[in-house]
Amino acid sequence: MNVEQIIRELKEYDGPAVKIMEVCGTHTASIFKGGIRSLISPKIKLISGPGCPVCVTPAAYIDRCIEYAKRENHVLLTFGDMMKVPGRNGSLSQAKGEGARVELMYSPIEAVEKAKKNPDLTYVVAGVGFETTAPAYALAMEEAVSRGAENIRLLTALKTVLPALQWICENDDGIDGFLCPGHVSVIIGSDAYTRLAGQFNRPFVVAGFEPEHILAGIYEIMKQLNPGAAGSGAKPAAAVRNLYKNAVKAEGNKKAQEIISRYFEPGAAMWRGLGMIPDSGLYLRPEYEAFDAGSKGLDEDIKLPASCRCGDVIIGRINPDECPMFGKACNPSDPYGPCMVSSEGACGIWHRNIRQ
Amino acid sequence: MCIAIPGKIISIDAPRAKVDFNGNIVDVNVGLVDPAIGDYVLVHAGCAIEVLQKDRALEMIELFRELEELTK
Amino acid sequence: MKINMSHGSGGKASADLMRDIFGKYFSNSVLDKMEDAAVLEIRGKIAFSTDSFVVTPLVFPGGDIGKLSVCGTVNDLLMMGAEPKYITAGFILEEGLEIDLLERIVASMAETAAKAGVQVVAGDTKVVEGKGGLYINTSGIGFIPAGRGISAGNCGAGDVILLSGNLGDHHACILSARMEIENKIKSDCACLNSLVDGLLKNNVRVKAMRDVTRGGLGTVLNEIAEASGCGIEIREDSLPVNPEVRGFCDILGLDPLYMGNEGKMIAVVAEEDAEKALALMQQTEYGVNAAMIGRVTEGKGVVMKTRLGGSRVVDVLYGEGLPRIC
Repeated sequence: MNVEQIIRELKEYDGPAVKIMEVCGTHTASIFKGGIRSLISPKIKLISGPGCPVCVTPAAYIDRCIEYAKRENHVLLTFGDMMKVPGRNGSLSQAKGEGARVELMYSPIEAVEKAKKNPDLTYVVAGVGFETTAPAYALAMEEAVSRGAENIRLLTALKTVLPALQWICENDDGIDGFLCPGHVSVIIGSDAYTRLAGQFNRPFVVAGFEPEHILAGIYEIMKQLNPGAAGSGAKPAAAVRNLYKNAVKAEGNKKAQEIISRYFEPGAAMWRGLGMIPDSGLYLRPEYEAFDAGSKGLDEDIKLPASCRCGDVIIGRINPDECPMFGKACNPSDPYGPCMVSSEGACGIWHRNIRQ
Repeated sequence: MCIAIPGKIISIDAPRAKVDFNGNIVDVNVGLVDPAIGDYVLVHAGCAIEVLQKDRALEMIELFRELEELTK
Repeated sequence: MKINMSHGSGGKASADLMRDIFGKYFSNSVLDKMEDAAVLEIRGKIAFSTDSFVVTPLVFPGGDIGKLSVCGTVNDLLMMGAEPKYITAGFILEEGLEIDLLERIVASMAETAAKAGVQVVAGDTKVVEGKGGLYINTSGIGFIPAGRGISAGNCGAGDVILLSGNLGDHHACILSARMEIENKIKSDCACLNSLVDGLLKNNVRVKAMRDVTRGGLGTVLNEIAEASGCGIEIREDSLPVNPEVRGFCDILGLDPLYMGNEGKMIAVVAEEDAEKALALMQQTEYGVNAAMIGRVTEGKGVVMKTRLGGSRVVDVLYGEGLPRIC
C-alpha cells in the first residue's frame, strides 16, 4: 500500500456523504497546506472542530491579559497566537502599540529566568493551550517553585480535549468519525479515546501532521465506516486506531500526565461557541494559589452580531462559507467571531483557501 | 493545536538538553522524557514531549504497512 | 566614542563627523562639491525609488543595515529594468550610537555601492534622543534604456516564473539573532545587478521582475497576478529552501513562502526563453540555486501544487508571521 493508492481510493469514493471532524488547529492548517481537500472525493467532508485554543477563549480572558500588561511593573508573556485576538477593548497587539508591556515567549519556562533576572517586575504568563502545552506550564511552575521565583503568575485558559469531544458527540450526531489531535494524543495516549469510541460507536483515529498521516487517517476512518463493497451486513464496532505510533503510545506520556496533575486540577471552562463544559479546564491546584493570576470566572464574551454563526462553525455543524457574514462583513482583516480572528480558526483558513 | 517538531539531542545537562533541528541548536527542557544523546525528540513550546521511535522514512513505511494490515 | 546631540547641531562636531565618516567613504565628484543639492545629467526615462531601513540588530551574519540600505534601493531600480546610477543616503542617529559602529556601517555602504556601480550623491544626518539606534533612508535613480518596459502588469498565460534562489534566509537570520537561536544562517543581502544584466543583455524576453522582500514570495506573486489580471500556478516541490532555514521555520511555525529576502528575485519570462534564462541565472554569483517554480495561467489568484499533487490557494500574507505554537 502506498499514498498514491490511498489518494486514488479516496478520490473515487462515491458512497454516502461522510463528515469527518479533525479536532486540532494544527490539523486544520496541515490539511490546508497539503491541499488535502483537493485530493479526496467531495463526498468526504472534512470539518474543523474546536481544536483552536485561541479561538475558544472568551474575550474576558483577553481583557484580563491586557489589564495586567497595562499594570505598572507587570509584564505579560504570551505566545504569538494570542496577539491579534480582540477582547472587548482591543487586542494585545493594540495594547502593546499603546505602551502596554507585552512580550512574546517561545516557551513558558523562559518566564522563570526572566523573573529571577528582574525581581522588581511581576511576570504574568498567558497560559493558553491544550494537554500538549499544559506540561510546559507545569514544568515552568516546578522551576518557579524550586528556584523560589515569587514574581511569576499564571493566567490560565488551559483546556482539555476529551470533554469537548464528548460534548460534540452528545450534541451533534452528524459527525461520522474523528481525526484525533496528534500531539494532544502524545500526552494523553490513544487509549484515552476508547470510551468515546465505544459509547458513541464512531471511529477515532490518531494521526500525525504530514499529508501522508492525514490521508492515512481519513482512509482508516472511511474503511471503518464502509468496510467493503461486499455489503457484509452488520458493521463492525467502531475502533480507536493509532496511526502515529512513532510518537503516540497507548498510555501516552505518563511523566507529562503526572506533572500536569501535580500542579493543575480540572474545573469548568467556557468554550466560545459551545458554552460551559464541566471539568474541561485546568486550573492551578489550591496549594499553588499564590501563583494564580485570577484564572477562574473569566467567562464573559464579546457580544457577537445576531447573524454570526461561529458557534455552529466551531462544532462543525456548518462550513464557514455557510455563515451569512463570511467573506462579507466578517473577513480576516475585519474579523468578528473567533473563527475568523485566529489564523488557525476554521473561517480564517477557509477564507484563505477558497478565496478566488 | 500544537506545533511540535522533531530534533536530535546532541548534549544533555538535565533537565535541559541541546537539540539540533537541521542545524538550529536550541535549548530544550527534557524533564518529560528519558532521552539519550542521539535520540530524536518531539519538541513543543521548548519542551520535549516524547522520544520518537523511528526516523521519518522508516515511520512512513511502517505506517503504510500497518494500514494495509488494518484494512485487509 | 558615542554619538551625542552636538553631532546633529550643524556645528563643529557635525562637520567633523561629515568629514571623518561620510565624506571619507562616500567621496565622488558630485558629493564632494558639498552643495545644497546634487546636480545630475539625466536623459530619457528614469526609475526613481526610495526605501527606509529600520532593522535590528544593526549588524548580522551576512551583512548590516548599511549594506541592506544600498541593496534594497539598487534592487528596486533593477527590478524595473533600470541601470542604477545614483543614490542618496539619509541617516537618523540615536544618541549613544558607537561611532566605530557607524563607521563600519558607512564603510559597508560604500563598498556595496561601489560593487553595484552607484554613487552616493546626496545625504543628510540628524541626531535624536535614544538608545544608540540607527535608521537609514536611501533613494535611488536608475536609467531605463529606450524601448524597455518591464512591469508587473505585462504578464500573460504561458509565461514562466523563475526564482533566483533559496527562500527565507534573511528573515530567518534576523529572527535568529533577535531570539538568540544558534545556527549558521546568513542573510542573503546582495545587489542583483549580475542576475538582471545576465537576463537583459542576452535578449531574454523579461515581462516582469520583483525582488522578494517583505511579505515574501506569496505576497509578490499575488501582486503580479493582480497587476496582470491573470492567475499563477507554482509547484511546492520546486521551491528552493535551505534545510537549516526549513528547520528554523519549523521551530517557530513560520512559512518560507512568506518570509522576507534581501537578495532574491523572481523573473517572469516568455516561455521560449525560460530554459536559457534559468541557465543564465544559475551562472551568476547569487543565482546558483535558481529554479523554475511555475507559470502564469488564465484565471485569477495564485495556486500551489503540493508535494502529493493536491492544490492550495496561496493568499497574501496576513498579520506579521509571529512565532506561534498553534
